[in-house]
Amino acid sequence: MEFDLAFIWAALIAFAVLAYVILDGFDLGVGMLFLFFKREQDRDLMMNTVTPVWDGNETWLVLGGGGLFAVFPLAYATIMPALYAPLIAMLLGLVFRGVAFEFRWRTRRAKFLWDWAFAGGSFIATFAQGIALGALVQGIEVINRAYAGGWWDWLTPFSLLTGAALVIGYTLLGATWLNMKTDGYVQQRARGYARVTGAATLGLIGAVSLWTPFLNDVFLTRWFAWPTAVFSAIVPVLVLLCAWALFQGLNNQKDYVPFLASLGIFVLCYVGILISFFPYMVPPSVTIWDAAAPDASLGFLLVGTAVLLPLIVAYTGYAYWVFRGKTDPTEGYH
Amino acid sequence: MFDNFDAALLARLQFAFTVSFHIVFPAFSIGLASYLAVLEGLWLWRKDDAFLTIFNYWKKIFAVAFGMGVVSGIVMSYQFGTNWSVFSDKAGPVIGPLMGYEVLTAFFLEAGFLGVMLFGLNRVGPRLHFFATSMVAFGTLLSAFWILSVNSWMQTPTGYGINDVGQFVPLDWWEVIFNPSFPYRLVHMVLAAYLTTAFVVGGVGAWHLLKNRDNRSAQVMFSMAMWMATIVAPVQILAGDFHGLNTLDHQPAKIAAMEGHYETRHGAPLILFGLPNDETETVQYALEIPKLGSMILTHAWDGEVKGLKEWPKNQRPPVAIVFFSFRVMVGIGFAMAAVGLWSAWRRLRGDLYNSRNLYRAAVLMTPAGFIAVLAGWITTEVGRQPYTVYGLLSTADSISPIAAPAVGGSLIAFIIVYFAVFTAGGFYILRLMGKDPDTALATVDIGPSRTAGITPGPATRGESVLPTSNS
Repeated sequence: MEFDLAFIWAALIAFAVLAYVILDGFDLGVGMLFLFFKREQDRDLMMNTVTPVWDGNETWLVLGGGGLFAVFPLAYATIMPALYAPLIAMLLGLVFRGVAFEFRWRTRRAKFLWDWAFAGGSFIATFAQGIALGALVQGIEVINRAYAGGWWDWLTPFSLLTGAALVIGYTLLGATWLNMKTDGYVQQRARGYARVTGAATLGLIGAVSLWTPFLNDVFLTRWFAWPTAVFSAIVPVLVLLCAWALFQGLNNQKDYVPFLASLGIFVLCYVGILISFFPYMVPPSVTIWDAAAPDASLGFLLVGTAVLLPLIVAYTGYAYWVFRGKTDPTEGYH
Repeated sequence: MFDNFDAALLARLQFAFTVSFHIVFPAFSIGLASYLAVLEGLWLWRKDDAFLTIFNYWKKIFAVAFGMGVVSGIVMSYQFGTNWSVFSDKAGPVIGPLMGYEVLTAFFLEAGFLGVMLFGLNRVGPRLHFFATSMVAFGTLLSAFWILSVNSWMQTPTGYGINDVGQFVPLDWWEVIFNPSFPYRLVHMVLAAYLTTAFVVGGVGAWHLLKNRDNRSAQVMFSMAMWMATIVAPVQILAGDFHGLNTLDHQPAKIAAMEGHYETRHGAPLILFGLPNDETETVQYALEIPKLGSMILTHAWDGEVKGLKEWPKNQRPPVAIVFFSFRVMVGIGFAMAAVGLWSAWRRLRGDLYNSRNLYRAAVLMTPAGFIAVLAGWITTEVGRQPYTVYGLLSTADSISPIAAPAVGGSLIAFIIVYFAVFTAGGFYILRLMGKDPDTALATVDIGPSRTAGITPGPATRGESVLPTSNS
């Protein structure tokens, strides 16, 4: 039987990006909530909930970028120049927040600076990712295997809206993560932020969803034509179910339910975006098969990936297992 | 403000700047990760807590350096696309999967076990923790394997074809990965990383020995580092020579620039110093040893050595940069070997811990490895100009269709951010190094996350020192 390697790879890249969004999403969210907590010990605790795992989370971003380079070089070579400014901003934001994990503990005088770097970097990285997503949904002009648009094409009301939506959404993930990993004061405050950002997230998802079909006829027909219309009908229902679970969980002071419900919302939105995109890699003109590298490249990397990806999931799961449960502030450590 | 600049030049500057900052950290963390694994292994084997003390001392420094390596590395993985999109599209099918394997085999391994290594000793116990440390070290080496394979393929491409849209496509993966310059480059770079770390460890040990010659931890560090210098520095000189001969086979123009040879000659001299001048195509004020150049490169006194005039001017690398950076690297290599010999002599006489001049030399040599690594990379990367894929794809044809202001703006942003962030990081690392390793862990540390439960107290290891708390 013939494997459609390009399609398999599109699915794998989609998985890597989703893994990135939900994993780095919560630790970027924790970063954005950082300055809302004033006491030093609260900030220490918040950071310690993500310190052992953030590096692994961010590796999925490298896999997304590196994977795109490897298996969809044309997509990589057109998306990156098209989203030049937001991507550079994202990288610089990630630099600041990444080093803050270590630098913060190495100084007393300048600790506040790295607190700001952590929060500011998280915000900039998230906002830039949201803008990049919006710009990609809008479409990227490709002529002769090269980006043919302007330098400010990424900046539109729609991309600003998706930027804001991602900021709020990641903050929701961060707040529900803190609800899961902490006790007492931090947990209580986190629940409050989860309620606010939960409601705001739903509103913004609604706004983006209503706007998207009108950006492009393809999206419109996709969403309202049989059989994909079935998904268009089911996905919002499932999102509302997750939202119900989120607020129920918060009201009943559950540890895990709100975080899992937020993850559910993210996964559903992501599926919605995938449905809109398919079969395009770079909408509106470059399909998965246009962008794919030759089968020799796809096959070579797939063989290893088939073995390595389950291994990675296993030992990443192990790392989370080692640091499971509430982060103990008196342990002075994660 | 950048309208008068050339976007290609700015993109090259940006790449040179970001990769130069980046390479310092992997060069250090490859060596340091292996060193940490050795220290923890010795601790488990010899049951001597001195090794654990030193392990914890360097672990903190590793954490700071590794964090900086990660963030500067993420920038690299996106820069291919932002600034070098044509190169990415064309070379992606060949080198992309290799970098994909780097992420899958190396980055995830490092990142997955890093948390356990840095913070998990109390949670998983010494044996599993040692496993985690070893995985981090193994990951750094795997990373070196893949990225050097990529770099080597760009220098000496083999195993490829070219398809109808002008992309390089893989024909034989074995030939792609194990391309002709790869084994030499890999050995040379990994040894360089080990030497770099050894001189940092040795320098820090010597610094504390200058203050207190009975400092046990500093003695152990210094002794281990000097063993590395004694054994590995000469091996590295040999490896470098082999690498050079390999380069002569595949990139003779680079060798001509390194040696400062403009004329093709039989019995070419070895030019020790001089000022290469591209206008007159001569090396001015040259201090040379007759015929030695031919001897080293061809192993015959009258062997023919090609000069730069064999190539049209637009196919030559910039000579002066390559010429000088090569000399810096070689000079430091010999200085390292000299320190290694000196320490071996003191060790043989039985007074390794009694030579303040040796300590001073070791302190002076602390940053030597970093300078040598940078100089070596400048030699090999500038030396392969004007190509990105040697002989096949020129640097000028690799660039993204981007305007100069965009590249210039991001370049300035990188310069400001990198100097701010990495200066602070360098300062914190120096401050950590300034702490006395014998007492550093007994005093209260700023970072509450780093000291938990591991104090250099009881001489036993196991449950009494490491209460496994599952919260």
